[in-house]
Amino acid sequence: MSETNQRSATIAVLVENEAGVLARVIGLFSGRGYNIDSLTVAPVDETGRISRITVVTSGTEMVIEQIKAQLDRLVPVHKVSDLSLEGPHLTRELALIKVVAQGDDRVEALRLADAFRARVVDATTESFVFEMTGNAEKIDAFCALMRPIGLAEVSRTGAVAIARGTRHIAA
Amino acid sequence: MSAITTPAPATTDLRPGAEVILQALKEQGVEVIFGYPGGSVLPIYDALFQQNAIRHILVRHEQAAVHAAEGYARSTGKVGVVLVTSGPGATNAVTGLVDALLDSIPLVCLTGQVPTHLIGNDAFQEADTTGITRPATKHNYLVKRSEDLSRTVHEAFHVARSGRPGPVVIDLPKDILIKPAPYTEAPPASVPHRSYRPQVEPDAARIKEAVALLKGAKRPVIYAGGGVINAGPEASRLLGEFTHMTGMPCTNTLMGLGAFPASDPHFLGMLGMHGTVEANLAMHGCDVMLNIGARFDDRVTGRLDKFSPDSKKIHADIDPSSINKNVKVDVAIVGDAGRTLAALIEAWKADSAAQDKEALAGWWQQIKEWRAKDCLAYKQQGPIIKPQHAVKRLFEITREMGRETIISTEVGQHQMWAAQYFGFDKPNRWLTSGGLGTMGYGLPAAMGAQIANPDALCIDIAGEASILMNIQEMGTLAQYRLPVKVFILNNEYMGMVRQWQELLHGGRYSESYSAALPDFVKLAESFHAKGLRAENADQLDSVIREMIAHPGPVIADILVAKDENCFPMIPSGAAHNEMILGPDQEGNARSVTDEGKVLV
Repeated sequence: MSETNQRSATIAVLVENEAGVLARVIGLFSGRGYNIDSLTVAPVDETGRISRITVVTSGTEMVIEQIKAQLDRLVPVHKVSDLSLEGPHLTRELALIKVVAQGDDRVEALRLADAFRARVVDATTESFVFEMTGNAEKIDAFCALMRPIGLAEVSRTGAVAIARGTRHIAA
Repeated sequence: MSAITTPAPATTDLRPGAEVILQALKEQGVEVIFGYPGGSVLPIYDALFQQNAIRHILVRHEQAAVHAAEGYARSTGKVGVVLVTSGPGATNAVTGLVDALLDSIPLVCLTGQVPTHLIGNDAFQEADTTGITRPATKHNYLVKRSEDLSRTVHEAFHVARSGRPGPVVIDLPKDILIKPAPYTEAPPASVPHRSYRPQVEPDAARIKEAVALLKGAKRPVIYAGGGVINAGPEASRLLGEFTHMTGMPCTNTLMGLGAFPASDPHFLGMLGMHGTVEANLAMHGCDVMLNIGARFDDRVTGRLDKFSPDSKKIHADIDPSSINKNVKVDVAIVGDAGRTLAALIEAWKADSAAQDKEALAGWWQQIKEWRAKDCLAYKQQGPIIKPQHAVKRLFEITREMGRETIISTEVGQHQMWAAQYFGFDKPNRWLTSGGLGTMGYGLPAAMGAQIANPDALCIDIAGEASILMNIQEMGTLAQYRLPVKVFILNNEYMGMVRQWQELLHGGRYSESYSAALPDFVKLAESFHAKGLRAENADQLDSVIREMIAHPGPVIADILVAKDENCFPMIPSGAAHNEMILGPDQEGNARSVTDEGKVLV
């Protein structure tokens, strides 16, 4: 294939909230050898019938077109939207980050957390749990800084994304 | 949680789930089910026993039930229906389901399941059927609530037959089959599905672009596939009309054979790995290609970076994911093949631009030169029957007799010879496992076709190795008095494996010899069928005639040349203009590159 340029794509998929729908999406990626960099899912409408899957993937333009077409032909899929292509969008991820430290390191941890706008959601005399939201790079940077201080555990949601402005997608 | 949630209907008419299923099948127009009973589906078998509207055909293996339903579906255009039990019943069906998925055959497969309260407990004959069949089907359902039962059956038929057709599984826990359930009628076609809405009508702007390209073409080619057959016989008629009004050459894929009449002078023959020289060179040398209902399969394109290098490509397909998957195209048309052809015909008439008739005549002159190579020529000399000759005589004799003939095949050399030497002038007469390449497909497929077409001559062109993969279905033929003919090209080898070993692996025939074969004549007789054998060329015609004349099932064991190879052949990793021709031809034979050996 002539195209070799890879790009990252953030794809929003609105699906019928039914048993097995996540397995269909994940199976599609593994079965066809596509990358999943991150994947999140939760119901998003008031009745709980529609779920939104946000998947961050990468590949050549041809592969990303394939991923979208393959997702779109799954029976319970309502809508597939390539946020990276369709205009400016926001991406956010939530992380809970546990740091175990004593003495001056605790002060340093709090100072950095302040700079990154991370909130302390749990504290003991030997530990903190920070909550932060941001894009993946911001969370990566925070974790990197915490590593020498005493980064013990990280839990991340993966990316959720939405278009800026009035553009919106509906099932 | 279940796939479909149905509000409880006002009616209080409740009947056992199994009866509700049969009622839904009847409403969907089902006349025949291919199946095999077992513990978890006994309630359905009990309900079947107490009615006469739906006929059940008892197969001997669940894989054969699915292939039989495929044969039924492909020869009629209807949805094939399968009924199997839980666990091994369902897992045995999986090969057939994947076969139907790859060849886009509409099927609904009902699988039994252990009762809902036992699901996940490793119960007897429990398998995670929806998990296993998720990548094997177009869609699948597990029904956990009685009120969802009939709606699920109706939706399954809609999904199976619409858009790009495919197999759909409904997994049915035994308690759901017994518990009283309400019946909901199928929704009218005007009510769209919540999320599944395949695009059927082609976009008018794309049609215009396509016509503009085709009008300006100097060396056009139409490349039509199974999508035209799936779109119904009218689509095949429109393909003929469009080809003739434009004066263009037309080639068919393996799946598309019969979509365009083989006897038509505009037909170039099949294209691809074992396609004709004229079809492949026309694909390679064209300046505008119209692909309608085909998917640029690797067996068709050969080496992708050398595939039809100088052409503008138009691709019409009902499945958007088939477009730009392997080959980047210039004009993409999403829609049903029949509607697309109708729109192309209309737009062609409305477009005032003139065709370059002179260029087209020059292109036909070139095609004539390629045709003159007569790439399918072979020499039948002496007593040893050439397999090509056996197929050719079978074709000629059935054509003389003028009977409606449906051909199925197994997989391998015999399949390619059947595709090359048996001419199909109409759609739905050619049943072959194209995508998955399933040995053991042909006999049950012929069986299903014979059920649907009791007066047709249904012949399974087989190899001696493939036929043994579902030979047990001879029992089904006997039970239902199905006069299917099994025409075995017996070369005592898994011929295509042997051919590749000869061409790619230094003639080391590892495990490809068919040792310890049964006596096929006696085997036929033991299954209450007629057994015939042709050992030399003089016997061939009389065996074929006797086989056809016999009113019941027949196995004709045709002993053919053991070392014959199937040509022309585009070796793996080669382009359309790098074909290997037969030994009697002036060829451009080349060895296979290491890169090519990796490919299958």
